[in-house]
Amino acid sequence: MESIPLPIRLTLYKLLVELRYCEKRAHDLFLQNLVKGTSHLALGQEAIAAGFGLAMEKGDYTFCTYRGHHHTLARGAPMCGVLGELMGRQCGLLAGKGGSMHLTSVKHGVMGSYAIVGGHLPIAVGAAWSAQYRGSRQAAVAFFGDGTTNIGAFHEALNLAAVWKLPAIFVCENNLYMEYTPIRNVTAVEHPAADRAASYGLPAIVVDGNDVDAVYLAAGAALARARAGDGPSLIECKTYRHSGHSRADPAKYRPAAEVESWLERDPLPTYRARLLAHGVPESNLTNIERDVLAEVDRATEAAKASPPPAIESAFTDVWADGGAQWRN
Amino acid sequence: MAELSYRDAVAAGIAQEMARDERVVFLGEDIGAAGGVFKTTVGLLDRFGPRRVRDTPISELAILGAAMGAAMTGLRPIAEIMFSDFLACCWDYVANEISKTRYMTNGQFTMPLVIRTANGAGSRFGAQHSQSVENWAMAIPGIKVVAPATPADVKGLLAAAIRDPDPVLFFEHKSLYSLKGEVPDGEHVEALGRAKVLRRGDDITIVALAAMVPRALQAADILQAQHGISATVIDLRSLVPLDTQTLLAEVTRTGRLFTVEENPRLCGWGAEISSIVTEECFFDLDQPVVRISTPHIPIPAADALEDAVIPSTARIVTEVLRAVDFRPGAARGI
Repeated sequence: MESIPLPIRLTLYKLLVELRYCEKRAHDLFLQNLVKGTSHLALGQEAIAAGFGLAMEKGDYTFCTYRGHHHTLARGAPMCGVLGELMGRQCGLLAGKGGSMHLTSVKHGVMGSYAIVGGHLPIAVGAAWSAQYRGSRQAAVAFFGDGTTNIGAFHEALNLAAVWKLPAIFVCENNLYMEYTPIRNVTAVEHPAADRAASYGLPAIVVDGNDVDAVYLAAGAALARARAGDGPSLIECKTYRHSGHSRADPAKYRPAAEVESWLERDPLPTYRARLLAHGVPESNLTNIERDVLAEVDRATEAAKASPPPAIESAFTDVWADGGAQWRN
Repeated sequence: MAELSYRDAVAAGIAQEMARDERVVFLGEDIGAAGGVFKTTVGLLDRFGPRRVRDTPISELAILGAAMGAAMTGLRPIAEIMFSDFLACCWDYVANEISKTRYMTNGQFTMPLVIRTANGAGSRFGAQHSQSVENWAMAIPGIKVVAPATPADVKGLLAAAIRDPDPVLFFEHKSLYSLKGEVPDGEHVEALGRAKVLRRGDDITIVALAAMVPRALQAADILQAQHGISATVIDLRSLVPLDTQTLLAEVTRTGRLFTVEENPRLCGWGAEISSIVTEECFFDLDQPVVRISTPHIPIPAADALEDAVIPSTARIVTEVLRAVDFRPGAARGI
């Protein structure tokens, strides 16, 4: 871990704080009935997004699931765009046409959040194929949950990426629950992603997904492998969500002792303690926290002030000509 | 003009577009070295190489997903799904991903890709390799649906589909693959969304698609020669976009409309056309719209059974005669 320079580590900490505070704000706005529809919070899983988000280069592609607020922010998408989209406002990343589960910001490399489990893995393979075909140095990174490892698209995507030696990175956020059901109850192997790696001629990689340094280093190694033309990687990050599957889920099915033990490994306080132990002055960290909170507050107010989208926009962009005509 | 088979027109259309645009790539099962299970892609691997013509595993999800990811990042992929029935294996991409991503992202992506597939009955393959599923596709906002009936249209409409910035589901009809016809020399590109009036008559209008087009034409000949009924025959060519102007003009002129559909009855494309015609030119109609379709059953395998359920030339003639005879008072001299 000593190999990570201090400025990078402070940036990782800032990213963790941004993702945590923004996600908490999303939850608050939901309780105020300002976030409509559903939302799937990534509280507790921020280290995976922060580690990859910082390791990835500008042109790299992120593909994430409906639990994708953290990955979207980690690539630099504006908080107001994220919160505004959750609230169905004009300032949203998708101007209200996609919602929480489909956050996308192409200019930040966020190639979409996909709400059909596993659907985005083959799409990420296609983006990696395109990068390989065009001879660009881009890599495509697909984030997904442990439940995804039991759906066919996971296996079709891994196999094709391996056969074509594509610059694709598959990152499993194993938070131990597919939705409400423990992943171990429905999976034949202990590590739902890593234990399948051998099927595609890939090494089994398991990372502490709550340790942002470990994730950052694993991400760097996989990205280097992708850019060298050595093919895909499959990385299983062990983590835990602090809240339920979605807003409808109080997560009462989880044993209290299990929740407690994972809260002790919360990626934020543990990383904060590590930085302090390495001699970072606490004031540096409190300044980061204060600045981020102010930024989240500003984004919240901007999103609240943004109007709902114009009704006419419901009829735009079905087709590339901007319209929705299906007949003459 | 050169004579080409419908089958060879597929490869000709793909080759024309791959030669002019480096972004066009092609993927699918057995399309390269094997030349396609219907021999529609013979020669493409030799001409364009394995970088652009890629054999895939039997992974329909990966084929359409990869095509989508490539289309979102600067390429113009053509994906083959061997039989249209197999679209059910990767329907997530057709119904949820490819068709909706531009809309959901407020126009951040365009999705220039083509899904080619072999559709329809006539090969005695049974219920999982013989379906006409064009009506599944037209029910989804965000994807264009094209189904050519002639070799010239295979080449011209396929070229148009590849150049189109939107996703196109391109239904080739397997019973037409051996059909031969004149194809214009040189670059040939048709416009999407325009129906073609193949013959013009005064008494009735028959609208058909793909393999039902030659049957409708034969029926029109018989109706003229044996019964003195003069029929317009329209090849729709495209369900989305739908050329309602051509359709409404002919129906208004003739007052009688017959749809000939290979898809099963419920929610077949003729139902939408019937609805449009009823809403928009009801007072020009001399009789109810008559839909001639495959019954609402799976496609049976035995030749006798398959032939009995798919609309035939004889059945079109019979249905037309029954309809016009049933309401002699409304007839325009027929």
